[in-house]
Amino acid sequence: MSDRKKIQLPLTPEDVKDLKAGDRVLLSGPLYVGRDQAHQRLVDLLEAGKPLPIAIEGETIYFAGPSPAKPGQVIGSCGPTTSYRMDPYSPALIALGLRGMIGKGARGEAVVEAMLEHGAVYFTAVGGAAALIARSVTSMEVVAYEDLGPEALRRLVVEDFPVIVAQDSHGGNQYEDGIKEYARM
Amino acid sequence: MRVIPAERITEAIKDLAIRANYDLGEDVLTALKNGRDSEESPVGREILDQLLENAEIAAKERVPMCQDTGYAAVFVEIGHDAFIEGDIQAAVDEGVRQGYEEGYLRKSIVGDPLRRKNTGDNTPAALTVEFVPGDKVTVTIAPKGGGSENMSMARQFAPAVGRQGVIDFVVNRVKESGSNPCPPVVVGVGIGGTFDLCARLAKKSLMRDIGIRHPDPFYAELELEILEQVNNLGIGPMGLGGKVTALDVHVEYYPCHIASLPVAVNMQCHAARHKTAVI
Repeated sequence: MSDRKKIQLPLTPEDVKDLKAGDRVLLSGPLYVGRDQAHQRLVDLLEAGKPLPIAIEGETIYFAGPSPAKPGQVIGSCGPTTSYRMDPYSPALIALGLRGMIGKGARGEAVVEAMLEHGAVYFTAVGGAAALIARSVTSMEVVAYEDLGPEALRRLVVEDFPVIVAQDSHGGNQYEDGIKEYARM
Repeated sequence: MRVIPAERITEAIKDLAIRANYDLGEDVLTALKNGRDSEESPVGREILDQLLENAEIAAKERVPMCQDTGYAAVFVEIGHDAFIEGDIQAAVDEGVRQGYEEGYLRKSIVGDPLRRKNTGDNTPAALTVEFVPGDKVTVTIAPKGGGSENMSMARQFAPAVGRQGVIDFVVNRVKESGSNPCPPVVVGVGIGGTFDLCARLAKKSLMRDIGIRHPDPFYAELELEILEQVNNLGIGPMGLGGKVTALDVHVEYYPCHIASLPVAVNMQCHAARHKTAVI
């Protein structure tokens, strides 16, 4: 694990610029957690010209919906969910200054264009490594949309959360590079 | 005739729902370890290491291995000489309700696909009842995650596409799914039946342990041929590139219409969660 970059959240524009597809990173600091319905509500507010319940600029959003915490746990299991479902919403949030996204699976063209234009990075966490990831969460609070249950908008503080840069702010794409390297057809 | 109170089904489902989410199957552990040994990509190996460590934590701390504790896909096989006294769907749903509550499992079901209000207890289960010889009742639960389920596809082919057409369709489906279904996946394939039955065959094939081949050598060979082609795609663990894209391919078939060749693909993530009890 010694070849991992340690990065403190929130991400700076320089952090984003320096990160390249394939980099293995340990993230520490605050981030938001939100998935399908929370994104829908945020973008609905934007379209209606209303204020958001959270400040997006400079932030990182982790696409996840944790399982319920057992007594004594900070958070239940909390691995990433599939990111393409957030593709319709992410460009608007990136335009507002969202700098980092964490999920799993490749992002579409419109998201990549927004990442290039505004400077944002997309990390993948390991899907299904949810009990392991929960260990890196040191605090959790629901900040909005409590009625959505597992889909509520949350604020976490993480320490050494292991992620990999999947798509970077320069157009680098580890999904494409990785397949090119290992495909035998 | 052996009479089995429906409460026995509830107890079994509750226990299986929790164990399926906490304890990675021995078949899956073995497959992940073998994958770890054969994977050439360093990132791929590290991902597989994380998954093995995750399985250990989940089993030891009694927590779900994945936050997506799934749709409860349940198969109940009732022996011809067994009689379940009571409402089977209600008994299964009650088991799901109790298991998901007591096991701190995520409630991931909305009561209506368009208005999307969470049912709050992960019910109802997606229940399939089948009849088999004997006087036992076999209950299987596969908590089915959304990421892998969303990559499913069914298609009605003309019979002329034949064996090669089936292979191409399945391999292409895995390719297009890329990183989304949490590879290395188990690929479930249904061939034949009617449109709806074909999809169910694909789902049912995922209840089989990894490494167990179809009893018909023709289909066993087909499974291995698809597996080899899938593992040549280069997708690898979590889609970041590598040799290990699938842990296994399972095929189930059924007689079909002279005009039809239905094929369905239903994928399972690398946890391939399924647990069975015999009552």
